[in-house]
Amino acid sequence: MTDCTFGFVGQKHKFVVVAADRSAARSIVVFKQDEDKVLELDASKLLGSAGSAPDGVAFTEFIQKNVALYEIDNGTRLDTFATANFIRNELAQALRRGPYQTNLLLGGLDRESPLYADDEASLYYIDYLASSNKVNFGCHGYASNFILSIFDKEWHPDLTVDQAKDLVQKCIDELQKRFLINLPAFTVKVLDKDGIRNLPLAANE
Amino acid sequence: MAGSYDRALTVFSPDGKLFQIDYAYEAVKKGAATVGVKGSRCIVLGVERKAVAKLQDPRTIRKVVKVDEKITLAFAGLTADARVLVQRARVEAQSYRLTMEDEPSVEVMARYLARLLQRYTQRGGVRPFGVSAMLAGFDAVTAEPKVYQIDPSGTYFSWKANAIGGRNAKTMREFLEKHWTPTLDDDDAVDLCVKTLLEVVDSGAKNMEVVLLKIDPDTKLQTEETLSDDKLDAIIANIEAEANEQPAEAKDMAD
Repeated sequence: MTDCTFGFVGQKHKFVVVAADRSAARSIVVFKQDEDKVLELDASKLLGSAGSAPDGVAFTEFIQKNVALYEIDNGTRLDTFATANFIRNELAQALRRGPYQTNLLLGGLDRESPLYADDEASLYYIDYLASSNKVNFGCHGYASNFILSIFDKEWHPDLTVDQAKDLVQKCIDELQKRFLINLPAFTVKVLDKDGIRNLPLAANE
Repeated sequence: MAGSYDRALTVFSPDGKLFQIDYAYEAVKKGAATVGVKGSRCIVLGVERKAVAKLQDPRTIRKVVKVDEKITLAFAGLTADARVLVQRARVEAQSYRLTMEDEPSVEVMARYLARLLQRYTQRGGVRPFGVSAMLAGFDAVTAEPKVYQIDPSGTYFSWKANAIGGRNAKTMREFLEKHWTPTLDDDDAVDLCVKTLLEVVDSGAKNMEVVLLKIDPDTKLQTEETLSDDKLDAIIANIEAEANEQPAEAKDMAD
């Protein structure tokens, strides 16, 4: 049961941050505290999942392989918008058959091209009922009760990666202080033109 | 003596042949020449680029395609059938990655394609694929080059060097048998591939496409390079210069 995924874009500085907790637990038992729930779809897309753990893993890995297939078939990568629509469509088709109980945050970076006047970082909030919305910041799960207000106050389009680090730390501190369930560690990944890397935070150790 | 036994795929002839499969092999022979050569640390795939109409863009016809990150495929035969096969292979590669959380080896891919092709030789209402495919890749552990050929009948074999399709695959194969050695370096392998193609193809870079797959045995990093026209022309010029220099020594060469 993933309890918390959150993320935001740095519009001016062209980066996306997607974070998720690292606990894998069921009922009163914690299996492990180092589960990575932010999947790298390809070198320029991050997919964080929240909700039912098996659905999250099965669905996101399925999407990852389809994204890879597209690249091999067509010699070029899907852009973030197309990927979000593909994901949403898969969720929508499964919804009235055997739904995936997983909420997703898709963060992507599209490089300058005939389609994009400049590099563009984007974040899509996709929920388990197959809705999809492009957002500046978003969170799934109980975390949203605590974190959305922090984002409302602190997020602005000109965030730098350093400021992003502080913002993420604020969110994590709030959760660790006020949220009932203990979440000692978080995966925080940042995607920019240099690729995907882990954002070093105290919480990650 | 095919008579009435060659109409349906699912009918054996009295002497144990399935004529439709034999005819599928004929379709392969009509295809463009394709050569695969294993070097000690590389694989060279060369394909004949048949003459196209003046107004047609020859670069849109890609005959050496990627099936997975580390597996490349070249084919001879019916292009449309090959397209279907390549698509099935690509989907299977991703499916394998999803279930096994590992990349498929060349042999796994060859076995899959072979199984698929065989299925199309034992069902009513379908015909065999008119394609022979050559799969190339490197062993994930030993970095050893691997080349597999899959035939319309659904058989697959590993080859050190082979040629399929084209005007005279037999001539090309004999040439390879004569000149292939287990210690070819990258340049020698490319040379041998081009020489083999030149047995049946007109000279000139525009008549062939040569792809060099290399592996660094230490880093296991694989690279794929489609030789540019300039490079190819230079290699061909070299080969022809050598050939011209040696008519007198040709008698010594015969051994």
